[in-house]
Amino acid sequence: MSINWFKYSSPQTFFPLAGRLASWFGALALVACGAGLYIGFFVAPTDAQQGESYRIIFIHVPAAWMSMFLYLVMAFWAGLGLAFNTRLSGMMASALAPTGALFTFVALWTGSLWGKPTWGTWWVWDARLTSELILLFLYFGFMALQAAIDDPRRADKAGAVLALVGVVNIPIIYFSVKWWNTLHQGASVSLTKAPTMAATMFAGMIVMAFGFWFYSIAAALMRARCIMLERERASDWAVEYAKGSA
Amino acid sequence: MIAALRCVIHRDLLLAARRSSDVLTVLLFFVIVVSLFPLGIGPEPALLRTIAPGVVWVAALLAAMLALNRMFASDHADGTLEQMLLGATPLGMTVAAKVLAHWLISGLPLVLISPVLALQFDFPQELLGVLALSLALGTPVLSLIGAIGAALTLGLRGGGALLSLLVLPLYVPVLIIGAGAAEAAASGLGGQAQLLLLGAMLVFAGAFAPWAAAVALRISVE
Repeated sequence: MSINWFKYSSPQTFFPLAGRLASWFGALALVACGAGLYIGFFVAPTDAQQGESYRIIFIHVPAAWMSMFLYLVMAFWAGLGLAFNTRLSGMMASALAPTGALFTFVALWTGSLWGKPTWGTWWVWDARLTSELILLFLYFGFMALQAAIDDPRRADKAGAVLALVGVVNIPIIYFSVKWWNTLHQGASVSLTKAPTMAATMFAGMIVMAFGFWFYSIAAALMRARCIMLERERASDWAVEYAKGSA
Repeated sequence: MIAALRCVIHRDLLLAARRSSDVLTVLLFFVIVVSLFPLGIGPEPALLRTIAPGVVWVAALLAAMLALNRMFASDHADGTLEQMLLGATPLGMTVAAKVLAHWLISGLPLVLISPVLALQFDFPQELLGVLALSLALGTPVLSLIGAIGAALTLGLRGGGALLSLLVLPLYVPVLIIGAGAAEAAASGLGGQAQLLLLGAMLVFAGAFAPWAAAVALRISVE
């Protein structure tokens, strides 16, 4: 039996599926974020060195993960759109960008809130902070380029080239800690060795990461639905949907 | 193919020679921006000596960006670009030739004048070579990356400001390592590591950026 990989690559078939998936992932996000925050604030012990202020990592670290991961996902969809010339891929890429920018901003914001009590400063020009700031600029550049182009097909393709070029930045972020190794501590969690933190702290962070993940999926799908309706407003199914929901 | 590429380079250089004010504007912008820093920060020689590489590099970055708009714009306006897209020469190679010509016009003058500006900052004379070499390796990378941005924003409204938003974040690693070369040399560490990294970036960008810019040009013109 052969699988039709492109079944859901047309807006008409994907639109209802995206609606169902978005509500499911939205509900999952609420549950996971609620559980993660509960673990983070009530179950996880106070840190011996940093006191209570460390608890911001339950938002900071998952947000930083998502900010980088979402850029990769965005570039993946953008590349797919360039390779297969599918309309939906470009829509997914532009739907992901604002969520990615949001998480990048949250990571920077919470990081500076954590830095003040711990490092004694809101901001340092450390390699990782700087790279995260550049990532935010890359998201802004992607969105600004798409906003400046009126033709959606050209906007998708131009954005795709920019996203793929920007992907070069992701490994720089990752390796910058090792290359320049300044104030920011090395990664506390890695796949190759046991985490250097208490199990409950780790659990809280992972649950929050899943919560942010589900939120990103839900938010991106909702945004993709809006983009689909806007771009396909001339087609029958979109008109029918608009009539039905009016 | 070589003849076609030589023709592209020769044509761009000739055009620049006939409109030499364009070239001089970029160069004067570079000189003025660098001269503004002592006025804003204060004439303390020790301070100026430490910030010299960074100031020269930031100014070179801004000047290089100022010239980017023109890389494809006039060819796009008079239809030459479409002929290049249709031509038998691979578009990536044509773009590489145009980038080279663009660098010779807008990048090389900055490299040549940078030692004079660094002297104004009381930068040690024996390190002027490192600074100029770092710029000589780094500014072509700026032109190569900038070509992608210039191709993407071709014919868009608000092109200049948008171009800087797209391109400046991508310039950051070049800036860090480029300015780091002269700084490392000044602190006695020697700038070889940074210069080698800049060389690696140049090779990498030289191999891939023209093709990315070619794809972007096709998207913008279609």
